[in-house]
Amino acid sequence: MAHLLNSSFTPTPTTTLRRPHHPLTAPTTRRPTQIHAKIREIFMPALSSTMTEGKIVSWIKSEGDKLSKGESVVVVESDKADMDVETFYDGYLAAIMVEEGGVAAVGSAIALLAESEDEIAQAVYKAKNQSASAPAPAQASASAPEPAQASAPATAPAQTLAPALASAPARVASAHPASEGGKRVVASPYAKKLAKELNVDLGLVVGSGPMGRVVAKDVEAAAVAAALAVAEPGKAVAEPVKPDGVELGSVVPFTTMQGAVSRNMVESLAVPTFRVGYTITTDALDALYKKIKPKGVTMTALLAKATALALAKHPVVNSSCRDGKSFTYNSNINVAVAVAIDGGLITPVLQNADKVDIYSLSRKWKELVDKARAKQLQPHEYTTGTFTLSNLGMFGVDRFDAILPPGTGAIMAVGASEPTVVATKDGRIGMKTQMQVNVTADHRVIYGADLAQFLQTLAKIIEDPKDLTF
Amino acid sequence: MQSLISTSPISSSSLQPLESYASLTASFNLRFCSLRREVVPLSRHKHRVIGAASKRTRKCVSAASPDSNGSPPTKFDYDLVIIGAGVGGHGAALHAVEKGLKTAIIEGDVIGGTCVNRGCVPSKALLAVSGRMRELQDEHHMKALGIQVSGAGYNRQAVADHASNLASKIRNNLTNSMKALGVDILTGYGSIMGPQKVKYGLDNFITAKDIIIATGSVPFVPKGIDVDGKTVVTSDHALKLEFVPEWIAIVGSGYIGLEFSDVYTALGSEVTFIEALDQLMPGFDPEIGKLAQRVLINPRKIDYHTGVFATKITPAKDGKPVIIELTDAKTKEPKETLEVDAALIATGRAPFTKGLGLENINVETQRGFVPVDERMRVIDAKGNTVPHLYCIGDANGKLMLAHAASAQGISVVEQLSGKDHVLNHMSVPAACFTHPEISMVGLTEPQAKEKAKKEKFKISVAKTSFKANTKALAENEGEGLAKLIYRPDTGEILGVHILGMHAADLIHEASNAIALGTRVQDIKFAVHAHPTLSEVLDELFKAAHVNVDKPKPVAV
Repeated sequence: MAHLLNSSFTPTPTTTLRRPHHPLTAPTTRRPTQIHAKIREIFMPALSSTMTEGKIVSWIKSEGDKLSKGESVVVVESDKADMDVETFYDGYLAAIMVEEGGVAAVGSAIALLAESEDEIAQAVYKAKNQSASAPAPAQASASAPEPAQASAPATAPAQTLAPALASAPARVASAHPASEGGKRVVASPYAKKLAKELNVDLGLVVGSGPMGRVVAKDVEAAAVAAALAVAEPGKAVAEPVKPDGVELGSVVPFTTMQGAVSRNMVESLAVPTFRVGYTITTDALDALYKKIKPKGVTMTALLAKATALALAKHPVVNSSCRDGKSFTYNSNINVAVAVAIDGGLITPVLQNADKVDIYSLSRKWKELVDKARAKQLQPHEYTTGTFTLSNLGMFGVDRFDAILPPGTGAIMAVGASEPTVVATKDGRIGMKTQMQVNVTADHRVIYGADLAQFLQTLAKIIEDPKDLTF
Repeated sequence: MQSLISTSPISSSSLQPLESYASLTASFNLRFCSLRREVVPLSRHKHRVIGAASKRTRKCVSAASPDSNGSPPTKFDYDLVIIGAGVGGHGAALHAVEKGLKTAIIEGDVIGGTCVNRGCVPSKALLAVSGRMRELQDEHHMKALGIQVSGAGYNRQAVADHASNLASKIRNNLTNSMKALGVDILTGYGSIMGPQKVKYGLDNFITAKDIIIATGSVPFVPKGIDVDGKTVVTSDHALKLEFVPEWIAIVGSGYIGLEFSDVYTALGSEVTFIEALDQLMPGFDPEIGKLAQRVLINPRKIDYHTGVFATKITPAKDGKPVIIELTDAKTKEPKETLEVDAALIATGRAPFTKGLGLENINVETQRGFVPVDERMRVIDAKGNTVPHLYCIGDANGKLMLAHAASAQGISVVEQLSGKDHVLNHMSVPAACFTHPEISMVGLTEPQAKEKAKKEKFKISVAKTSFKANTKALAENEGEGLAKLIYRPDTGEILGVHILGMHAADLIHEASNAIALGTRVQDIKFAVHAHPTLSEVLDELFKAAHVNVDKPKPVAV
């Protein structure tokens, strides 16, 4: 069983009588990554066929405890029950890498087991190195949300707060009278919890609660700001929160989020962009929308889907220029859609929009918008876009142009779809519903003809939208 | 006094359930004074038929009272006087009447005591609200059931009114039930003037053959904490729900603190626990405590400081918040300062025994508690029992629970009516009405282990999960655990602990089994309706393995 689970640990349900645990088979395989012969990694076991990640309910043993074969070490939560996971080796629990309450992907290391006491230090060192290779806590939410993060939450709780508290005075002019000049951060319980979850450094957050206390919404705002400062993750600087209502004649400093937007916008000037516009007839799309709207399909999802299908045929428009010397062709088509939120904007991402069917895409979009409003988007849900859509049509805007977000190749501005009098080729005058789109692109990688062909494809898809619902 | 008693008209009992029960027992006693045993089963059916015939039967009671155990044939005003009309006193009074004793109860404050007025009862009203709020706000939970709810909210004053209305309703029920039975309710603080002699109010003296002290307890406030009743409060104030602070610190993570954290977080507050011991919920079985932390603390807007004392708490004033100074429990060094919007002191309860006149009978309290033996007989300074004097409930500190007080009172009355009785405290269940609830009876696992070591036997533990229970899953409330600690050699149940939906209602199967000495191997054959939560216990008993050679049949 152990080798089936690719783990040196095997679970036993705790829902029944707690009996002495007997390993079913001796493990024969170990992961090739285990270089240190005497320091073994303890993996998150797969407790069911559908399990992709597991939550550590509790560590039965603590660091430094001696373990003997067959002893329960950790309780892992699965969808059905909590399982005791036991060890197959004698040794010492050298380092816990995923704390209680932490989540780890199946197969990822959650602790290190040292064979002898002498090797504990070595194992601890190894554990530290492994966590160091993960993004540093303060930057984790801002930097690329790669799988490496799986181990980051585990190490973050311990690391986030301490440095934050230590370095706070230098960075923050906290308004809290009892904070002793910033040595102490006064944050409400939920704010602390959120800060831990969102990897927000409380020392960098200025509180808006009573007496300058940091409350949940301050942490949420800081997390969003950190996400927007994606281009310069390290330099996020906390700024006073905007007071309610605008006082005329006053100078109001940027919030962190607004500061990040400002930097990104200035940075975008370094990219040589150009624009190509197109008018697309939307009668067929409107008819389709009307038909499938009751099934929960949204116009945003339809546009994203159409764009993604067009991008699939023109991969260069989905590419970007990272270093000024090469094309970076993205393997996925992730359509980011700009959403205005209180005090700024965010771009939730519809991942693999070309592959996901329209109904799932619509559901996903609704979920993302709900999360965005609740400020609960995870970094990978708003930082992984490869192409951006910005739609101001709902305000009656008929055309506008967008600034290219750094790190991507193109952004499309979508205007309102409006009834228009048009002359048809047969000499008649007719009424069609049309919308104007305008793509801004990085000319280093995307040329005029590329955009023109892309827009032609997009227009074809929208004017004959049967492919959208395949 | 006689006339006073006879004026309490039994027939006036309304349709309140408690009262009709009272009239049942009352009329039964009056009618069949000396034939009690034989007619017990019948009385249930007769209570409406039998009219009020108090005077005649009262005589019957009084005649029985003097010199039953050889004490001087003094004439007493009462057979039994109970000082304190809380749940303990009430339980004792009801049982005393059933046993034919002429009974009076003295109350200096309000009938019902802490439980009814400032404790279990109003807190259950608040918890009923918090449970629903929590459910309605849990979008995920609602969605899983297919329910759409938007914007669940509450009106603070209406919630507070629900709690106070409930308290007054139960208080009236309690009062009426005693009146209907003919228990004299004497108003004023009671104190003991000498053997079998009690003073109440300013200068009313009465004699009683036996006296029960049931004066209960008051919230304990450690020194250094300044309770202003507004921002620094005890449970007495908090139950009035005069405001819902954004951030409240709760000092103490026992039952009271935990229940209030459930209420406050459901109503939108954030909570910080301050616990002097090294872990939260120190009274619970460690495993249950751990799960409780996972279910009731971690996912909620709660943080905590353990191993610290709140050495100084200053109420909010002049725009300053409540300031709490924390001191390390071990090193006694100042540790941290908290600024919060309110603080609830839930550090336990102190016995209310001052002014009881215990010095008149040479009894010294221990930390305020009245020392008693296992039969609740009061022990004086020399270690001798004081004749005719008993103490029940929080005032003796044995087990500070309303129903324990009542059970102790009933036990005392049993003794007074000539039947030796010792209450098995191991069979008294306890419950914490959070969402989900926690309940327990008997020993915790560490306690059982210690006992097993001392008495050289083995223990086993069986567990079942609410995740495996159909009804719990239907309710989408699969979070929970039931745990049985038992002797595999005899099948004796040592302890049962439950965390899960309706745990407080589920525990009684286990507590009854302990009280009646039912063994695991017997109770496992008892049938439970399907699908019900009670099957969690059914599974639990079935999961136990007893090595008794010849299992006894279920029914003997």
